[in-house]
Amino acid sequence: MIEIVSIIGAVIAVSFGAIMPAYSEGRAIAAAMEAIARQPEAAGTLSRTLFVGLAMIETMAIYCLVIALLLLYANPFTG
Amino acid sequence: MDQSPLLPDILFHIGPVPIDRAVSTTWVIMALLCALVALTLRGRRVEAGGVQSILEILVETIESQLREILRRDPWPFMPLLGGMFIFLSLANLAAIVPGGKPPTGHIETPASLALIVFFSVHYYGIRARGLGAYLRKYIQPNPFLLPLNLLSELTRTFSLMVRLFGNMMSHEFVIAIVLMLAGLLLPIPFMALGILIGLIQAYIFTILATVYIGAAISGTEA
Repeated sequence: MIEIVSIIGAVIAVSFGAIMPAYSEGRAIAAAMEAIARQPEAAGTLSRTLFVGLAMIETMAIYCLVIALLLLYANPFTG
Repeated sequence: MDQSPLLPDILFHIGPVPIDRAVSTTWVIMALLCALVALTLRGRRVEAGGVQSILEILVETIESQLREILRRDPWPFMPLLGGMFIFLSLANLAAIVPGGKPPTGHIETPASLALIVFFSVHYYGIRARGLGAYLRKYIQPNPFLLPLNLLSELTRTFSLMVRLFGNMMSHEFVIAIVLMLAGLLLPIPFMALGILIGLIQAYIFTILATVYIGAAISGTEA
């Protein structure tokens, strides 16, 4: 029973943890593309900031993934 | 998958200490880097040969990137940050070599690197600005924000660790699952993606460490 609930919990964590970071990464990349198109000479600074920001956003998805993997492989309740 | 992939796979024992594949990959990378640098520096010339030119281009690229972020002379920080970037690139790409296993895919290597970043941020900050001025940063702009400032120190170190670990480990997972489901040739595009992910993660880890150090020595917010 705990295993089934854990799997469902992992699925929910990964799916909802993927939706919002994907959406916000898309928005960030779109904004950066627009900025580069307006001002191509600032592309270096923009893309560096973009990478760092994307890493920050992606950390949220990775947190969800780590929780899901903990539930699946290192579950504290199944012993 | 009956066995947890988070468990280390033990290669051999030195006395009572088990040595797993990731740790031995770290040692191989360290030995390779030391041998490369020692051999190149022994025969160094003003008119550089092939290997020396490659190393010079690498060092100068890292130096110019760090100079843009720090906006000051990056040479005091080059041994730490440049060495970290080169080690992380090689460590993340270790899965390409048969038998190699990225040490960054286990939690201990990212944890120790994040701890190094955590302590060196404070070391460089105190050395650059003095203890009083450095500690005053924590009660800016308001003493009520002290708990949040302290918390952000811990969480950013933690997220530095989990980002690297999670990306590398999950990528290993994806390849294992695809290999199990689809067979021989299909994981190849994922492995090519892994080269990109490994290099980007090494870059991001180094850039974030640089941003943290830059914020500590200049007194602005990261």
